[in-house]
Amino acid sequence: MIARMIEGVPLRGLLLSGVLLATLLAAPFFINDYLLTILIIILYFAYTGQAWNIMMGFAGQLSLGHALYVGLGAYTAAALYVHYGVSPWIGIFAAIPVAMIAGAFIGFLAFRFSVAGVYFAILTIAFAEFARVGFDHFTWVGGSSGFFLPVANYTENDLWNLRGKPIMFYYLILALTVLAFFICNFLLRSRIGYFWLAIREDEEAARALGIDVFRYKMYAVVLSAGLTSLAGVFFAFFYNNLFPEQVFHIARSIELILAPIIGGVGTLFGPILGAFLLTGLSETMHAILHAFGVDIPGAKQVFYGICLLFVVLLMPDGVWPWVARKLGITEKRS
Amino acid sequence: MTTLLSVAGVSKRFRGLVAVDRVSLDVQQGEIFAVIGPNGAGKTTLFNMIAGAFANDEGSIVFDGQRIDGLKSDQICQRGIGRTFQIVKPFLGLNVEENVVVGALLRRHDMKSALARAHDVLRQLDLYDKRAQSASALTLPDRKRLEVARALATDPKLLLLDEVMAGLRPTETNRMVDIFRALNRDTGLTIVLIEHVMRAVMALASRVLVLHHGAQIAQGVPADVVRDPAVIKSYLGAEAVH
Repeated sequence: MIARMIEGVPLRGLLLSGVLLATLLAAPFFINDYLLTILIIILYFAYTGQAWNIMMGFAGQLSLGHALYVGLGAYTAAALYVHYGVSPWIGIFAAIPVAMIAGAFIGFLAFRFSVAGVYFAILTIAFAEFARVGFDHFTWVGGSSGFFLPVANYTENDLWNLRGKPIMFYYLILALTVLAFFICNFLLRSRIGYFWLAIREDEEAARALGIDVFRYKMYAVVLSAGLTSLAGVFFAFFYNNLFPEQVFHIARSIELILAPIIGGVGTLFGPILGAFLLTGLSETMHAILHAFGVDIPGAKQVFYGICLLFVVLLMPDGVWPWVARKLGITEKRS
Repeated sequence: MTTLLSVAGVSKRFRGLVAVDRVSLDVQQGEIFAVIGPNGAGKTTLFNMIAGAFANDEGSIVFDGQRIDGLKSDQICQRGIGRTFQIVKPFLGLNVEENVVVGALLRRHDMKSALARAHDVLRQLDLYDKRAQSASALTLPDRKRLEVARALATDPKLLLLDEVMAGLRPTETNRMVDIFRALNRDTGLTIVLIEHVMRAVMALASRVLVLHHGAQIAQGVPADVVRDPAVIKSYLGAEAVH
C-alpha cells in the first residue's frame, strides 16, 4: 500500500518532496506565530485544492460550490462538539458522510439527467447557496448570527478536542495535506484514475471502452466531497466561529479553486504549489503595503484576479508543469 | 459456424427521416464482414445501434446468444463488442500508452497486467515505439491505429471498425489490411467494418452488405456484390467495374 502510494514518483521528485517535507516539519521551530498562521492557511488551500482537483482535474467535473462541503463538514463537527461534547475525531465520522451524501445527491441529479459543463457548475453553486440561506435560518447552529466554539487561552494542546495553539493545527493540516497527496497519487495511478481521465477527455469514447461513466463520476464527487469536509472540520476548530454568510459564500468556493488552477489542474503537485504561490505572494504584498501604512480593502481579491489572468494567459496548464520541467521531474502515470 | 451477431429488421428514424430501414445481417464467428454504401446511407447509424450509442426503433440485435438492443454502450462493450469512431476520439491529454491502458483496464484490475496487455496491442498495431508520445502529437493514420488499439485492448469478441482506412495513403491502407488479416487469423477476432476503400473491402471481407438510403440493396460475397447492377448504379459507379 505505502509502496504503491509513492510508486511512479521519480527519484528526484521524491528527494525534493522529502526536503520540502523536512523543511515544513521543522518550520515551527524557526518562525513566529504570524508566519505559522500563514503557513496554516497555505496548507489549508493546498489540501482543499487537492480535494477539488479530484473532481475537476481528474474526472473533469467543474464544481464551483465546494464551500458547501467545507461548510457541512464544519457545521456537523462543530455542532456535535458544542452540543454533545463529541470530539472532532469522532465528529469526522458524521461530517464525512454528511458531505458525501450531499455530493452524491448533487451528482445523482446532474449525472443522471446529463447536466454537464457550465450547467453542472451552476448547479453546484446553487446548492452552496441553498445551504447558505438554509443555515442562516438554522437556529440550532446559531443561524445568521453565527456559531461559536468555546475559546480559552490554552497553555496546553488538547489534541483530542482540538483545543490549543497554532502549532498543533499546523501539524494537523500538514498531515492532512501529505495524506491527500498520497491519496491523489494512489488514485491517479490506479484503475479508477485512468477511468476518470478517460471521462475527462471524452465521455463518449470512455463509454465505448466499457466505462460506466455515471458510476465513476459519482465516485469522484463523493470522494471529493468527503475529503473537502475534513477541511471544514479543521476550519471550524481552527477559527472557532462559523457564519453561513462566510462559510458557504461563493467567494469561498472560488478562493478554494484558485490554487489548483494556478498550480495546474489535474496535476498532483499543482494545488500545493499554487497555494504557496497565491497565499505566499498575497501575504507578502499585504505585509509590504502594511509597512507603508497603506491598507486597501479588496487588494487581495484584485491580486488573485491578476494572478489568475497571468496564469491563464501565459501558462494555461498552470505553473507546476513548467516548474516540473525546470526541475527535471515529470509526473508520469503507469 | 456459429452466428456471433444477428441483426434482425432494425430501423432508426430521426424525426421524419428513416436513417436505417429494416436492415438484417448475420455475422459468423471469425468472419470479416463489410458494410458499404454511399455517404448518408445509414452505415454509421447501424453501427451506433449495434454499439448502443443509439436505441433502435424496430427490430432486434442479438450478440453471442443474448439480446443487446436497449443496453448502453458501456454495457455492450462489457459484453464483448469493441468499436472505433469514424471521427477519431483519442484522449488527447494522455499519451499513447495511457490511451490503450484505459481500454485494457476494462477486464483487468491490476495495472501490471493492463500495461502488459496494452504493450501487446501497441506492438500489433505498430505503435509501440510511439507509446510515450502524447496522443495529440499523432498524425491521422496513427490516430486511426490508436483508435483500433484502444478498442482491441478491451478484448472484444467482435470489433466494429468505422472507416479506419479513410484518409490513409495506399501503403498505410495495405498496412492496416495486413494488421486486420493477422488479427483475424491469429486470434479468431470477428470484424465488422464500414469502409469506402473498396480495395480494402475486397481484400478483407468474406461477405458484404450494401446500404442505400438506409435500406439494404445487396448482400453476399464481394465478387458478386460488385457486379450487382443496383450496387453499381447507386454506389460504385460504372467505372468501378472493369
